[in-house]
Parts: sequence; structure tokens; C-alpha cells
Amino acid sequence: MPRLLPPVPTKLRAKLRATLPAALLATLLAATAPSLAQPADETLDVVAQFEIQAPEPSTSGYIFTRMGLAETLVNAAADGRLEPGLATGWEVSPDGLAWRFVLREGVRFHDDTPMTAEAVANALEIARAKPGPLAGLPIAAITADGDAVAITLTEPLAALPAFLAEFRSQILAPAAYDGDGKGVAIIGTGPYRVTQMTPPLALKATAWDGYWGEAPHIAHVSYTAVSRVETRALMAESGDADFVFALDPASVARLGLSDAVEVHSVAIPRTLLLKVNAAHPFLAEPAVRQALSLAIDREGIARAVLRYPEGAGQLFPPSVADWHNPALEPLAHDIDAARALLGDLGWTPGDDGILRRGDDRFSLTLLTYPDRPELPLVAAVLEQQFRAIGVEVVINTTNSSEIPAGHQDGSLQIALLARNFSLIPDPIGTVLSDYAPTGDWGAMGWDNPAFTALARSLARGEGGAAERAEAARILQEDLPVIPIAWYRQTLAVARDIEGTVIDPWERSFGLPALRRTR
Amino acid sequence: MSALASRLVQAVMVAVLIGTATFAMMRALPGDAAWRIAAGRYGYDNVNAQAADAVRQELGLGGPVLPALGRWFADLARLDFGTSLVSGQPVIDEIGHQLGASLQLAVAALLLSLLIGPPLGILAGLRPGGVLDRTLLVLSTGLKAVPQFLMALLLILFLAVHLRWLPAAGHGEARHFILPSLTLALGLAAVNARIARDAMARIAAMPFYRFAQWKGLSPRQALLRHGLRNVSVPLVTYLGLQFVTLVEGVVVVESVFGWPGIGHALVHAIFSRDVPMVQGTALVLGLGFVLVNAGIDLAVRRLDPRVSA
Repeated sequence: MPRLLPPVPTKLRAKLRATLPAALLATLLAATAPSLAQPADETLDVVAQFEIQAPEPSTSGYIFTRMGLAETLVNAAADGRLEPGLATGWEVSPDGLAWRFVLREGVRFHDDTPMTAEAVANALEIARAKPGPLAGLPIAAITADGDAVAITLTEPLAALPAFLAEFRSQILAPAAYDGDGKGVAIIGTGPYRVTQMTPPLALKATAWDGYWGEAPHIAHVSYTAVSRVETRALMAESGDADFVFALDPASVARLGLSDAVEVHSVAIPRTLLLKVNAAHPFLAEPAVRQALSLAIDREGIARAVLRYPEGAGQLFPPSVADWHNPALEPLAHDIDAARALLGDLGWTPGDDGILRRGDDRFSLTLLTYPDRPELPLVAAVLEQQFRAIGVEVVINTTNSSEIPAGHQDGSLQIALLARNFSLIPDPIGTVLSDYAPTGDWGAMGWDNPAFTALARSLARGEGGAAERAEAARILQEDLPVIPIAWYRQTLAVARDIEGTVIDPWERSFGLPALRRTR
Repeated sequence: MSALASRLVQAVMVAVLIGTATFAMMRALPGDAAWRIAAGRYGYDNVNAQAADAVRQELGLGGPVLPALGRWFADLARLDFGTSLVSGQPVIDEIGHQLGASLQLAVAALLLSLLIGPPLGILAGLRPGGVLDRTLLVLSTGLKAVPQFLMALLLILFLAVHLRWLPAAGHGEARHFILPSLTLALGLAAVNARIARDAMARIAAMPFYRFAQWKGLSPRQALLRHGLRNVSVPLVTYLGLQFVTLVEGVVVVESVFGWPGIGHALVHAIFSRDVPMVQGTALVLGLGFVLVNAGIDLAVRRLDPRVSA
């Protein structure tokens, strides 16, 4: 190509000069890439959606207990049985008012101070002064009593040990709090101690050599908060993270095909439900709530949106063994029956297909929140399913706090939410706060004296399986809330990690039991 | 000097306007702030009337508006940004941590885009209508049209999941920079390549440039002596505008890659009504904007002495 000859060398040099940096960068990238992708050490990388706000147990405490940094007096086994934690045992006086939790010996905090009864009482008193389940309990005093902590009640509460298994009841050293009780550092007793914490997204921890129990197999762990579920799934797939918590249904399907990770899934005591304002003129009759329930195609929602095998047949999932009542007829899907029920109450279809009674048009506003990505999707499906029986639903996806706020000022009509029965490992805690008779995240405008009496007596420790079955029956018949699906917790763990156990009570990631096979 | 003084006045005005506007907007939002803050602090599983009451009592919310705004300005004059209503940490510490992370990302993205865009644009501008020019037009239009969210996921899928070269997300090591900064850089490069191409084509067609070649300078000499400096003036001026694109992009990219930056912080602060945090973050971004533009003024004056004449 003779015509190019004379100018080429300079032109080429000019071109090279311009493109060389980019080319160099690309080469550099390619050369270092393999080493870039591999983590430098053997740290176990955990990724979940929860952001760390501060070293404050009342707000971010569930991250510290899950990561094995802090512990509670009482633990919960997979089946919900309470087990000794930092307390080796507990006893209650015959009148049910004086409790004694005997503390484990030889436990040391991460600052190498011993866990004394005074330190435990201090931590619990601080927790009780902040918003949380302990604050609502009939506790008169928490005091140190030799090698034990004594808790005096003003009325009996059989479920007290379960409340002490909740994350906000975690025991931190006195040095972890400032003068006002605000958390300033995580100085717990767990198998791991914090080495570096950079809120809101990251935390590093290493095995605590003064741990009272068995030492963890993997010495170093890291925690990263990644709020986008798509990113979390990709981190699992690319091998960036070893333990990825909370996956969405679409990612579960895709990760199931991957060689790099194994997807684990377990039923958890959390229910997707429709909160109903039973004081609203349209919704006051139990028959209307039954009609709404009959309009919901639970199997369809479970399979198509959540990719679960089945929908909810009743409020309590089978994993809440004590409260799940297998004798109950499962909630059904029957559009004709729903229409008939509403027709009997005087609702007739108008020109637009929406039911009318006198001047009333059957239109409701449904509140939900985007923090859980499946909620707006399910809300959209419900809108269609309710339209089929002539009920119009206007969806308002907003801040989660609008639901309890709307409950308090009475403006809420219906709300779609996910309720956890395991915050306190004994569901009686949630039953009391939500249904005896109403609660911010439970029943609204509903008052069933028989149920309230039953729940209160169960909380005092009176009654057993028969009473709980009766309570579940009342909830099924009266439908103060309309159950839709039982949740499953899904997570992805790298193939070279074994020993994964999902805690259905969402208290722990189970990191100390994990080990690398390669 | 007068230019700097006017920028200083501008900075003070920006501070007053942003502080007042964010305060007014946060107050005007519907919904009870105590509930939103409680939801931000305790999460959806644990927000209830008891938590909202505790927040209301602790923060003394719902007081008169003007004294609260006055207090914020008085504190600001002492360089005290207040404490976050959600985390209880000093706002200045949170911003310092998060702004640092965002700045690192923004600078990396900007440098990367300057390595990619202008060289290609100049080459294309030297031969308007050539193969490179036409290819670049299609490429840059395409890249600009891809939303950053999608670009981020595509890059993760290809470079992290498929090729396994880079980590998909995370923060803390050098390797974590590459994907998020590349996502931002491709969008920026798509535009600055066009700017460089148009400037180069315009300048190459000018009589002085033709004269330079006619008098015997090689194409390379002509470009280095007479081309680059002229091309760099619109490029540098445009950097000021790209800062806006960067701030927008950082919000999206940070949430996709789990980057603990200021965009991420701002979104969360707005969602949970963390007024001091929103005010502080917006103020820092606004002042950053003034600072960047002052820097660009100075740079353009150095590059093109005609401007200050």
C-alpha cells in the first residue's frame, strides 16, 4: 500500500500516543485480573441487606447477634425450644413473679473483663429503657443476685425467657455504653469479636480466643451490607461472597443452576398477610373478610410470585408448631362463594363492575412498603383478584411506618405486610402485641374478648396445646387479618463451605459451625 | 481575583439557599417525621407507636419552625453540622466517611473517562466522516442511551460473573473500584468523546490549523502544538457539567455496587427524614459544585489567556 507510506510513521505514532494509555490500562487490567478476583485471605465474606447504623444494640443489634458478636441469656433451637445461652438455667417462684437466671461461669467480654451479674443486669436495664419488647413487660426490677440475675415481675409472664432471647436483650460489657446508655462499641461475649466497623456497610471480625464455647472453624469473617437483591445474587454467583443472605425468587431459580453456590431454603415463622381495619364500615362483618379471603388465589401467588410450593392455609405456619393447628380447614379460593357472601350483605355490582351498597362504592386503599421487594408485586396481584369480585383496590406503596401510623390514627383501610412471629422465639409475644385485642402490625378495630382472655392466660403460663389450638381457630374464623403466604428464608453459600444451618428464628447466621472443605 | 471573590459570595449564597430549601422541603413532606425516623432506626419489623413516641420525646420534634432553622445556621457558623436523627452519630463524621468514598469513585471515573473519550474523539475529529468517526457516533450514542443501572448489571454479568475477572460488588480494596468507575466512565466518555470530536473537527478546519500544516509541521506536531490546547478548552468547561452527571450517576451506581458513598447516604436520609443529614449532605454537594466550577474557571483561564483579557 504505497500511498500510505510517507505519512504513516508519524500518524501511527500520534495514534499510538493517543491510544496507548487506554491499551496499557487494558493490558494491565487483563494481567492483574485473575489475582484481582481472588480474595487475598481466607476470610468468610457474609453479605446481607441489613445496614449497620451504629454500635447500638437497640437498632442494629440483630446484625451483631447474627454475626456471633453478641449473645443473649437464652437461645432458641430450630424447633423453637429455648436453650441455655449465657444463662445455664432459670427458675421461677411459685407465684410466677420472681425469676432467677443463673449465669454461665468463666464467660469473658471481648475487652477481657468477666461477665458478672452486675454487668448483665446493667445491659438488660439499659435495653429495657429503650423502645423494644422488654419495655412493654411488667418488670419491676432487674438486679444482680450472686451468680445469677434476678428479675421481679408485677404480674406472671411465662414467656419471659423467650423475651431474653430477643436481639435487643443482648448482653454487652458496661464499657459498651456511654453514660446515657447509648451504645458506643460492640463488646460482647460471642465467638467473634469486632476488629473493624465502618457503618453503614461494613464490619470485620475475628475469632475471640477467650470464648467460653467451642472455637469457630473459620477465624476471620466480614460482613457487607448490600441493599440491592440483584447485586447480592451476582456476588454469590461470581464467588465474591461466601454466604449471601435473603435472595429473591428469580435469583433463587438462577442460582440453583450455578456450580459455584448451593442454595439453602427453610420455612420461617413469618407470614405474608393482609391487615384489615375491622372498624371500617365496609369491613366490619366477618363475612366480608371471609369474602376477601376467598377471592385470594394463594396457590397462584405462592407459585408465580414467590415461587413457593404452597400458600398459607392459616395464620401460623407449620414451623410455629405450638400454634399451627393442623385440624383447621385451610383457607380456600372460591370466587363464586365470595360474590355470594357479598351479595347477601347487600352489595350489588355497579356499571363499572365495582360493588355498591346505597351510596357506598366498594373501594379501598391498600398500604404496603417496598422494603421487601415481593410486597408491591403481591399487592398488584391482589388488586386484580379483588377486582374479580367487584372490590376496587388503590395501592399506595409508601414508608413502612405509615402502617402503624395509620393504625394509630384509624385512617388505615387495608395493608399488605410481612409479619415475623419469631422476633421473640415464643410466638405468644407477637400474639399478645398484635391480637390481644389489636396491634400496630396485627388486628385493627377488632375485639374478641374470648381471644384476648385466652391469649393473656396463655402468657401467664396457664393452659396448653388445646388453648393454643382454640386461639388459632378463632383467628381463622374471625379473620382479623387475612393470611396469604408463609415465608421461606433462602440463602446461597459457596460450594466449598459446609455446615450451613439456617436458623428459622432469624437469630444467627450460624457462622461458627461453617468450615472450608478446600 | 475578582472571579474567586465572586465564587466565594456564590458559595455563601449556595449554603444559605440549600440549607433553607432542604429544611423547608423536609418539613413540607407529608407524614409524621417521628414515625419515619423510627422506621429508619428500628426497621419495619420493629417500628410501632412505642418507638415513634420514644423518638418524638428524644428529639423534641414538632417545635416551631424558625427557631429550629436558626439553630441549624448558628451551629453551621461554628462548623457544627449536628447529629444524625437516625444513627445518632455526628453528621460531619458520616459525611466525611461517605464523601471520601464518593470522591474516590468520582475521580477514578473521571480519569478513566478522560483516558477513553477524548483520545478517540480527537482521532475521529481529525478525519470527520471516516470509519472511526461514524463508529464512534454509533457507540457513544448507544452508550449514552443505556441507563447506568442496566450498564452496571451488564458489566457485572460479563466481567464478574462470566469472566470472573473482577468482584461483582463491595468496597475496601483497589479491585472494587474498577467496575463502578467503569460504569460511570463509559457514560461520561460517550459525551466527552463527542465534545472532543466536534472541537477537533472545527479546529482542524480552521485556517490557522491548515496554515500550520502548510508551513511544514507534521500532523503530529500540528496536533500537539495547535490542536490539543484548543480542544481542551471546551472539554474542561464541560467537566463542570459532567460533575452533575456524576452526582446523579453516583446515586444509582453506589446502590448497585454497595458503595458506602454520599449518594447512598442522601437517599436513605431522605427516606427516613433525617433532616440534619439531608441538609449536611446537600450543602456539601452544593459547595462541591461551586468549588469544582471555581477550579474549572481557573483552569480555563490558564488554557485560554483570551478569557481573562
